[in-house]
Formats: sequence, C-alpha cells, structure tokens
Amino acid sequence: MDSVALFLPQLFNGLSVASLYLLAAVGLALSFGLMRVINMAHGEMLMLGGYLAWLTLMVVPGAFGILLALPVAFLGTAAIGALVHMGLIRRLADRPLDTLLATWGLSLILQQAARDLFGAIGVEVRAPDWLAGSISLGDVVIPSARLMIIVMTLLVLGGIALMLNRSRIGLDIRAVNQDRMMASATGINVRKVELTVFCAGAGVAGLAGVLLALLGPVTPNAGQVYIVPAFLVVVMGGLGSLTGTSMAALILGLFSALAQIFFDVSIAQMLMLVLVILFLQIRPQGVVAVRSRALDV
Amino acid sequence: MISVRRRVLALACMASSLALGACSGGQSADSGSGGDGIAVGVLQSLTGTMAISEITVKNAEMLAIEEINAAGGVLGRKITALVEDGASDPSTFAQKASKLIEDNGVATVFGGWTSASRKAMLPVFERTGNLLWYPVQFEGNECSPNIMYSGAQPNQQALPALQWAVGQGYKSYFLIGSDYVYPRTANLILKKHIEKDGLKVAGESYVPLGGTDFSGVIAKIQQAKPDIIINTLNGDSNVAFFKQMQAAGLSPTRLPVMSFSIGEQEAQAMGPRLVEGSYASWNYFQSLTLEDNAKFIAAYRKKYDANAAITDPMVHGYLNVYAWKAAVEKAGGFDPEKVRKAAATLGSFATPMGPVSFAANQSLVQKAYIGRLKADGQFEILSDSGEAIQPEPYDPLAFPGKSCTL
Repeated sequence: MDSVALFLPQLFNGLSVASLYLLAAVGLALSFGLMRVINMAHGEMLMLGGYLAWLTLMVVPGAFGILLALPVAFLGTAAIGALVHMGLIRRLADRPLDTLLATWGLSLILQQAARDLFGAIGVEVRAPDWLAGSISLGDVVIPSARLMIIVMTLLVLGGIALMLNRSRIGLDIRAVNQDRMMASATGINVRKVELTVFCAGAGVAGLAGVLLALLGPVTPNAGQVYIVPAFLVVVMGGLGSLTGTSMAALILGLFSALAQIFFDVSIAQMLMLVLVILFLQIRPQGVVAVRSRALDV
Repeated sequence: MISVRRRVLALACMASSLALGACSGGQSADSGSGGDGIAVGVLQSLTGTMAISEITVKNAEMLAIEEINAAGGVLGRKITALVEDGASDPSTFAQKASKLIEDNGVATVFGGWTSASRKAMLPVFERTGNLLWYPVQFEGNECSPNIMYSGAQPNQQALPALQWAVGQGYKSYFLIGSDYVYPRTANLILKKHIEKDGLKVAGESYVPLGGTDFSGVIAKIQQAKPDIIINTLNGDSNVAFFKQMQAAGLSPTRLPVMSFSIGEQEAQAMGPRLVEGSYASWNYFQSLTLEDNAKFIAAYRKKYDANAAITDPMVHGYLNVYAWKAAVEKAGGFDPEKVRKAAATLGSFATPMGPVSFAANQSLVQKAYIGRLKADGQFEILSDSGEAIQPEPYDPLAFPGKSCTL
C-alpha cells in the first residue's frame, strides 16, 4: 500500500482524533491539577452528552438541531458535574483514593441508569446533511464532521485559555492551582473555584459526547472507549497544564493515526501505550512540568 | 507510607470484589426450580458492546422455553431458565458457564455470540461433559462434541456471499473485521477463495472489538479503491464504521458493503438510512414468506415489542431450544451425551427459517440467502442457495486435510 499517499489524510485524521482526546481529557486535567481528584466517571459525561444530543434532536429534529445540542449537552453535563461535585467529590475532598473508588462506582451507576432509561442497544444520532458530506482538497477527502470537531476543539481551547488568563475566575483558578492554602487565605472561595472547574470540565466532556455521536455509536458504554486515552493524555501532558494536555493530545492523536498507516488499529493502540511509557521514562513530569503546591505531597 | 500502601491494598481488594459483585447475580426467570422442573442456562451478553445483538437472542430463547412450558414442558417437566450475563467478555462467559453447570446443575446451555466467547466456554463444556447450543454464524475450524453449532459454517454464509459477489462482477475485495478469531479466520478462508478465483484482495484491516476509530481504515479503503467491502465487524463498531464511511463520502450505495453481522435488528438500531443499500448474507431474513416465520414473528412481537426486528441468530437461538426438546424426547432423558447423539439423528424439523436438520458433525444443514437492506430496515432477498447446504467446518482450501467426525 502506498504509505506516502496515506500520509496527508492520516495527518488530518490524526488532528481530529487528537481533538476528541483533548476534549475528553481537558476536564480531567483541570480537575486533577486543581483538586487532585481522579474522576473515573468522566467518561460517562461523554456518554451523557451523546444522549442529550439524541434527546435534543428528538425535540428539534431539523438540520440545525445538532448546533442546539451542543449548548444543551454542555449545560446538562455541567449541571450533572455540579451535582457530582457537591454530592460526592467535595465530601471526600481529603481522601483521593476514596474519590477514585466513589467516582468509579458512580460511573457504573450512570452506565446502568442509561441502560435502564434508554436501552442497552444504544440510540441513533444522525449527522444532519450539512455535516454528513465531505470536502475534497485534491486527493484528500476531508469529512465535514471531523472538520467540525477540530473547529469546535479550537473554540473550546480558546475559550478555556481566555477564561484562565483574562477573567477574574481564571485568576482565582490559577491562584488555587499554584497554592491552595495561600489562595484561600487571601479570600478566594476555593470551593467555588473547584466547583467551576469541575462543571466546566464535565461540560466540555458533554460537548465531546455530542461530537463523538457524529462519528460513533451512542451507547451506555460509549464513554469507556475514550476514558483510557483521556487518562493517557492527562498523564503525558503533565498533570493540570492546559498547554501540556493539548500537546500530549496532539502527539498521541497524530501518533495513533500515523501508526495506522503501517499497522492495524490494535497494534497502533499498543504502540501508543509503549510511546507513553517510554516518554514518561525520559520525562516523568510530562510534556509541561507544572510547579504546583497542590502536587507537592 | 504504610498507610498509603494499606490503602492501595484495600483499594485493590474493594475493586476486585466490586468487579465480581457487579458481574454476579443471575436472575431466575421462573420460580419452582425444585421438584419436577429442569434447569437450563441462557448465557448471552446483556451488557457491553455485544448487548446490541445478544439481548434479543436471549429473548428468542426465552420465548421458545415459555412456549414449550405452556405446551407441557419437556418429558413432562417444566423448563426453568437461568439467565446469566456474559457481559461481552470471553472470560466472563467461561466463568458464567462454569457457574451454570457446576453450581446450578443445568441440563444444557443456550448462548454465546462471538467466537471469542465460544472458544472461552469450550473447555468448560468439554471438562463437564455438558452441551452448548450456539446460535451464531462462525468461522468453522472447530468441531467439538460438546457444542451444537446451529449458526452458519463459512460455507453457508461467507462463501455463498463471495460467490454472489463474484457473480455480480466484483473483482477487488477489501476485508475489514473486528480483531478476534471469527473475522480473522473467515477472512483467511475468503482470501484463499478470492485468490483461487484469480481476483484481488485490495486490503485487509482489523479494529479491536468495540473500537470506534475508523479514520485509518477508511483512508486505506480510499487508497485501495476496492469494488466491494466485506465487513466482519461485530457489535457497536459497525455504527462507527458506517457513520465514518458516510462522512467520508462512501455510503453503501456508492461503495458496496457485504456484512456478515448486520441483521434487521442491528440495522434498526443503527438507523436504516445509514446502512441502506448494504448487503448481507444470512440463513434467515425476517422478510422470508413462510407460515412458521409469520407465526414466530407474531409471537415474539406479542411478548416483547410490537415493532421488534427479527434476526437470523434469534431464529437460530429459538430453534436450538426446540431442537434440544426434540432431542431430549428422542433420547428419553437429559444426559448431554445422549441428547447430542439424538440431535444429530433427528432428521428434518420445522423452524421459522423452513425445515432444517442437524448433520452428523452437529452443525445445521440450511440454506443461505443474500439480501439488500431497504430504507425500512428490512432486506430484499436477492438470491438464495436453492438447496440446503451441508455444513463444512473445515474449508478444504484454508484447512486442507482436516475433517470433522464426531
């Protein structure tokens, strides 16, 4: 097979895979950086995003229902994130291992709830006609849905960067990230900051769920497929850094797509794990090292 | 430091006990397992990536059991079905099979879908001398006295599909499948036959079971420009594959796809418009006009869902229960060894897919049909094999010199 001819389309595919990894990982990275919380139920936010898209499309079927589904899924999963944070994570604040277990339990509960509510078989989210086609650039065929994913990811990244660097709450987030005690002492409401970050992370995962529904099945297990790559991205990126997370997502997405030129998907996935292991041997602190008191244990 | 280590240990313990807890707890459908009942196992994936296909097979098996009980049971004994969830995980299948046989003492087990699950259960059935009724098409290259293979052998599904495609003038074939034993072996057989016919294998790609990223595979398909794709993906992966093919401008109407695991039910769940125009090869289509078929469809829809789609593996699951009943009655008892011998000599019996019989190699003698999916999720039957095809577990080209004698 002509691997040179495959290179360009795979470069593009890699960007779209990286975008999905990034959307799935960014909430995990932010909440880990801030709270040292490993949220095992994060994948279920993707899944819920997919189901919210399905529900929105039932109410607003037309061509632009999917555009409405994006804010609906964002707000819906952010609201669920708020419940999870207030009902579970906040109460286990000083017990990271217990949070790990509790959120894993929550993930099982959410999966089963989706199964009971919507059926184990999954639901159909159809891309509208304007997203179902593709654009040809010479030999390279670019599916509109993948282009949309890349654009949305850039928008989300821009939004988060603006929020972190330009807004009051962003300043608070950075302060808490650097030194929680000190930030608290200067009057920053740490719990409010944590809640905001957790909700935003859940909301972005919900967005990712809508975009994922354009390319894959919406089933109770949909989140499970993306949670492992998302954790890989977080670990490789350097815990809690937006730049690091973005770069790690890009590296892993491109690597996985380019490896698929030469190998089967199974082998490509294995090679991706090997890459992460080797990378962490050489650079244990991740792509971008974060100096955070939160991480000094 | 010690406390951390303890916590990690506790975590591991809790995690493993949770995992076990989450998987156990089978439900008994009928009460009254004592006294004059006879227990059988029904073991399908009720959760996970295969649930899309397997839940309805469980339903069909339960329907047959219920009908048999309503008609007086087997040898005057009511059947008690013990339903277990294989959770789309081969090792769970093995564990549940062993639980059903050794803890619950079931007379036989109906179940399994992926060949990975069947291969995992096989040692359990051989060790305990029990009998598994397996309802799904598979890759052959296996022949165990402890399994009744009612699903198609390769020469009853894959090869008729290839013959049809060759007859249509397709010259270049791209093979795509989930990465486990069935697609790998089925494609091995197909490749031998494609090469023998002097045609071209344009490419071959595998994706992990449940995988949803087809970007690389589709880029390879675009490069290889095959005439037709032969698709042995299983479960949810199909949804992702067809969605991403459509996004890349390759809907089944532009590049034909012949699938071995997409039936009416999967088409309905995926949205028929996504897979409209794609081809399938099965031993049964819901659109078959047979009296027994109409009766079965009506009974199933009355019990479960008025709009339910009916598929080939469901009918195989259903006929397996009736074949077991007939074999038990012929053998005059529930001993699996006698039952399997009786089953292989039952002769022809009526089923929703027409009259079929078990061959001496414990596989089903049955017809093959090729269908094209319509917008309403039903198949238009394009051709059939005419005669019922004798099952051949070992393809002579791919596995020369091997034969199945039981």
